Amino acid sequence: MTAPGILLEGSVAIDGEPLIPPIRLTAAAGRWTCLLGASGVGKSTILRLISGIADEATLNGTLNATDGVPLAGRVALMAQSDLLLPWLTVTQNVTLGARLRGTVPDARRAADLLNDVGLSAQADQSPATLSGGQRQRAALARTLMEDRPIVLLDEPFSALDARTRAQVQDLTAQLLAGKTVLMVTHDPAEAARLSDAILILGPDSLRARPAPPGAPPRPVDDTQTLSAQGALLAELRADP
Amino acid sequence: MRRAGSIIASALVALAAWQALVLLTGVPRFILPGPALVAETLWTSRALIAHHTVITAIEVLAGLALGATLGGVTAIALAASPLARQLVRPMLIFSQAVPVFALAPILTLWFGYGIGSKVVMTLLVIYFPVTSAFFDALMRTPQAWIDMARLMGASPARIMRHIRIPAALPGFASGLRLAAVYAPIGAIIGEWVGASKGLGYLMLLASGRAKTDLMFAALIVLAVFTVLLHAVVDRTCRATLDKNG
Repeated sequence: MTAPGILLEGSVAIDGEPLIPPIRLTAAAGRWTCLLGASGVGKSTILRLISGIADEATLNGTLNATDGVPLAGRVALMAQSDLLLPWLTVTQNVTLGARLRGTVPDARRAADLLNDVGLSAQADQSPATLSGGQRQRAALARTLMEDRPIVLLDEPFSALDARTRAQVQDLTAQLLAGKTVLMVTHDPAEAARLSDAILILGPDSLRARPAPPGAPPRPVDDTQTLSAQGALLAELRADP
Repeated sequence: MRRAGSIIASALVALAAWQALVLLTGVPRFILPGPALVAETLWTSRALIAHHTVITAIEVLAGLALGATLGGVTAIALAASPLARQLVRPMLIFSQAVPVFALAPILTLWFGYGIGSKVVMTLLVIYFPVTSAFFDALMRTPQAWIDMARLMGASPARIMRHIRIPAALPGFASGLRLAAVYAPIGAIIGEWVGASKGLGYLMLLASGRAKTDLMFAALIVLAVFTVLLHAVVDRTCRATLDKNG
């Protein structure tokens, strides 16, 4: 299954109030696109629209996958909050999707994914016993279990400490390779490390910015990545 | 253990104050019997009191089980269906404006002089707190969990079963804790209005014949029963339903 790209054209309103001006947003097929911008500018709303769960927002325009097949059922979303259900074990959380669809969970695949994210030893534990980084890795395994070609990330690493964040970023980049990823973030460093393409959503426009050279995830101490990070931060600060 | 110690100490202080009051004022025993006399009656009439306690306990436990089941089902139905909310909820709230006490005579007429009317009475007393606590919890499911489930392709029924109900069980538990305290009140009201058995009947009979010591003995047994019932329900909830919080 090759992942399709995403094309969103139009403006967005919430309860009739304009939120996002007319924009043309693309996320290239099989690539990692970061969407930066100030709080309240509508970044998360874009992810919710693409997910099909934005009951509160209306898109005046079009939203399509580049292969012409409807987006429904092909999108997974991972948020800042890990959304692990406290009454289930880690494995049960990872296989939640199957239970919610009334199908038999693929236990083998769940075990493999937990192994990939380094949580095999915690498979039967309650999420309450996990650290922040472990919880986010469990959420990553649950997202991967859904096996959707498009993965939307809404600041999934922002609650983690710097060291853990870098580790989970690397792991996520490795495991999401080949999928179309659109990640919302506040953090220019994250965008500079992980993106194939960078977009900045301001109050009036959506601007594309070049990603640093080299394949993501780029080393945390790479000079060009760091300078791209600086330039992004300067531009974000210039926005009203 | 420290908690148990403080409960015992507090009970001893209350008993001493009670005995002192009786000794100092010299009130006749049919107005206020002292704790020693009540304890003596509790022992000498133990078979009689035990017989009536068993009846009341059956009424309370049956009412509690039925009320919890019915309340749970109602809460889920209300949470699942906006139409049910529109039609049933105002009626449910209006029904609370009717004092359950006032219904007791008619319940006795409908369900008879025996255990049935008391079980229904108990059910009515606890139905609303259970429904209300569980329903509120069902309506407070974090939206992000529901969104995640929708994105995973879940039907509303499965979201209810796998997300909303498990997430709301601690709310159901708080309803059950309230119910454990209210349930004996329902059974006693039912017995007062018309019965030939049960602690409520025994209390009414004893005070009518100026056997105030027996009335107090039955009252103490009822209070202890209620406290134990609450403790058992609380323990059970902690070990099961609360874990989801």
